[in-house]
Amino acid sequence: MNHSADVVIAGGGIVGAACAYECARAGLSVTVIEGAIIGGGASAAGMGHIVVMDDSEAQFNLTLLSQQLWSERVAEMTDGVEHLPCGTLWVAADEEEMAEVRRKRAFYSQRGVPVEMLDSRQLAEAEPHLRPDLAGGLLVPGDSVVYPPVAARWLLDRCGARVLTGVPIATLDDNGATLEDGSRVSGGVIVNALGAKAARLMPSIPVTPRKGHLVITDRYPGFLRHQLVELGYLKSAHSAGADSIAFNVQPRRTGQVLIGSSRQFGADHKGIDQPILSRMLRRAAEYMPRIGSLIAIRAWTGFRAATPDHLPLIGPMPGASRLWLATGHEGLGVTTALATGRLIADQITGRSSPIDAAPYLPARCIHG
Amino acid sequence: MSAPAIVVVGAGPAGVAAACRAAGCGRRVVLLDDNPAPGGQIWRGDRQQRWLARLADSGVEVRCGTTVSGLELPGATTILATGARELFLPFPGWTSPGVTGAGGLQALIKSGFSIAGKRVVVAGSGLLLPAVASLVRKSGGSVVLIAEQTSAMNMAAFAAALLSRPEKLAQSAEAALSLLGVPYFTRCVVESFDGGRVRLRRGNAIFECDTDYLASGFGLVPNTELAALLGCRLLAGAVEVDEFQQTTVAGVYAAGELTGIGGVEKSLVEGEIAGLAAAGAVDEARALFGRSRRARRFSAALNRAFALDGGLRALPRDETLVCRCEDVSHSRLKGLASWRQAKLHTRCGMGPCQGRVCAAAAQFLYGWNDQSPRPPVFPVPAGLLADPGSFEGEPT
Repeated sequence: MNHSADVVIAGGGIVGAACAYECARAGLSVTVIEGAIIGGGASAAGMGHIVVMDDSEAQFNLTLLSQQLWSERVAEMTDGVEHLPCGTLWVAADEEEMAEVRRKRAFYSQRGVPVEMLDSRQLAEAEPHLRPDLAGGLLVPGDSVVYPPVAARWLLDRCGARVLTGVPIATLDDNGATLEDGSRVSGGVIVNALGAKAARLMPSIPVTPRKGHLVITDRYPGFLRHQLVELGYLKSAHSAGADSIAFNVQPRRTGQVLIGSSRQFGADHKGIDQPILSRMLRRAAEYMPRIGSLIAIRAWTGFRAATPDHLPLIGPMPGASRLWLATGHEGLGVTTALATGRLIADQITGRSSPIDAAPYLPARCIHG
Repeated sequence: MSAPAIVVVGAGPAGVAAACRAAGCGRRVVLLDDNPAPGGQIWRGDRQQRWLARLADSGVEVRCGTTVSGLELPGATTILATGARELFLPFPGWTSPGVTGAGGLQALIKSGFSIAGKRVVVAGSGLLLPAVASLVRKSGGSVVLIAEQTSAMNMAAFAAALLSRPEKLAQSAEAALSLLGVPYFTRCVVESFDGGRVRLRRGNAIFECDTDYLASGFGLVPNTELAALLGCRLLAGAVEVDEFQQTTVAGVYAAGELTGIGGVEKSLVEGEIAGLAAAGAVDEARALFGRSRRARRFSAALNRAFALDGGLRALPRDETLVCRCEDVSHSRLKGLASWRQAKLHTRCGMGPCQGRVCAAAAQFLYGWNDQSPRPPVFPVPAGLLADPGSFEGEPT
């Protein structure tokens, strides 16, 4: 069976779904091809945070725009999206990290993002299960979390895109996709939103899989109030090459506690790596001693799509005429999905964008 | 004794037999179980006592109260004997107070729950139903009726197969004698349960009766989660093994109900073969192949006799819950393509039981055949996941 559409999107994760959503809202007909399950790849192995990040001006602009787009849609979300406006609390262990809190406060405040600095006592009041000797933290109240597989499903249902699931894509070219069953989906524009698998069909894309582990607990309503991230997070997240872990925990709307995070390059098997899992959980227990006594019901892994400069690839594929990329979002795919979709839709339709799209263009690191 | 210990997971009949035979070959054996004592879930009777006595003298290191995470192989040589659990199929009212599993009620009574003076409807399928009914009677309760979903014709074929197994016939006769006067209806299913009133369908006829308890179970399903996490290939919901009980993963053996539901006889002989084969006593293992083949034939006849009727798929209504941990109803599941899609899009099977209750029911109801088990096999404190060495329980 053959199909055609204005826009064919390869990949039904949160990024592909958001591209479909924004393209459909721009009046384009859209077909999404997902070989397995909507939101079943990295989207199902991510924490689902919608956070404004400050590690570069480009990342700040993309995450802020995307957070605005998400918050405009909260009222329409179905229950299953599990939106929880819990905010992010960046935790400082010592005075050195408090200096980072002050730097972050200045950065966000100058750009109009509301933040609140907490001292040691205020931090303990905000999160009673943190260990008592921490120095303080920075609360970003506008951050939130969602449940990504259902968020992806919801975006697709909402926009009315045609969704083809169950048959993987064999090849992608300028005119469309050929599926493994031989059927053909042709389109005016083809978007590769295959996440960590994007390079399988287009080997020149500099995206590599970066493995992560997660653990989720039984329901403990009230145990945790905010998403908590240690301020060592940026150091470990961005140390290229070496395996790293960081304290990052999240309350879910179900009352469950989601425990992360780990980052590994070169690990290509999907199984649990016990040494990494152990380090990750011990790190969490260093910050929240009682977390070790919570009942863990599931541990699993997934693969982020990492790029060399930690910014996503959003825009035309150099050297191709009608192929676009929307991949390389690493650990921020849920946060930046809607802004990605907006930039893609703007570029396809020739509309102007709310932010400068240049920092994310694939041409910065792919030379056709 | 330089060879590393053989680790046996599960201390029911298969695990106990495996541990005893491996230890009898001079190997160090560690037997793990998450229950407080060896013996398994279902196994009762004289032979159990004999095997447990043998276990006590075997030198096997028994560690009860031990949970195995599935994160790594328990030993260089591992024998899985993780048994089976009861299959629940959803019908309107199945989550109401007063409804238990058939095996569940049996376990409750054995642990001291008083059924005296209470009325019980026993429903579902399989040999467990008359056994539970018999126990209810012996414990002072009254059995209103037994509703068996399979047909009298299937039962007759099975009874014929039993004739070649005198000891099975004796057991059945004993159960039957203690059930004189109890209606045993075939092709009969519970359509709904509401506040003590059971609505049943027998063929095309609908009737109702009052009861205090409804014990409903549709046979057993193998506990394959640990085997699947360790990478063993499954076939039709059971662990695939060769005639030495070796799975598709080197050094991992499986015995008993998890290679296919077949009862104590099959579990014992498979356990013996696995224990011998794991200890390298290949010829002694081979000498048991005849017994094992007979046990498998019995198992096949059993599974044919009590094969679930497709009509049972029509029992749940749209609002009937299929996953009780996450409150997921039939209407939200019936159009989905796979078990993993159900998990991701509806949270079905994502609660603390990890789909232990609803996964097999969903497979039957919707024809899904994918599995996606995640560790740990059973919920454990997060601190233990961080430090798996501390999983090991105390030697008993």
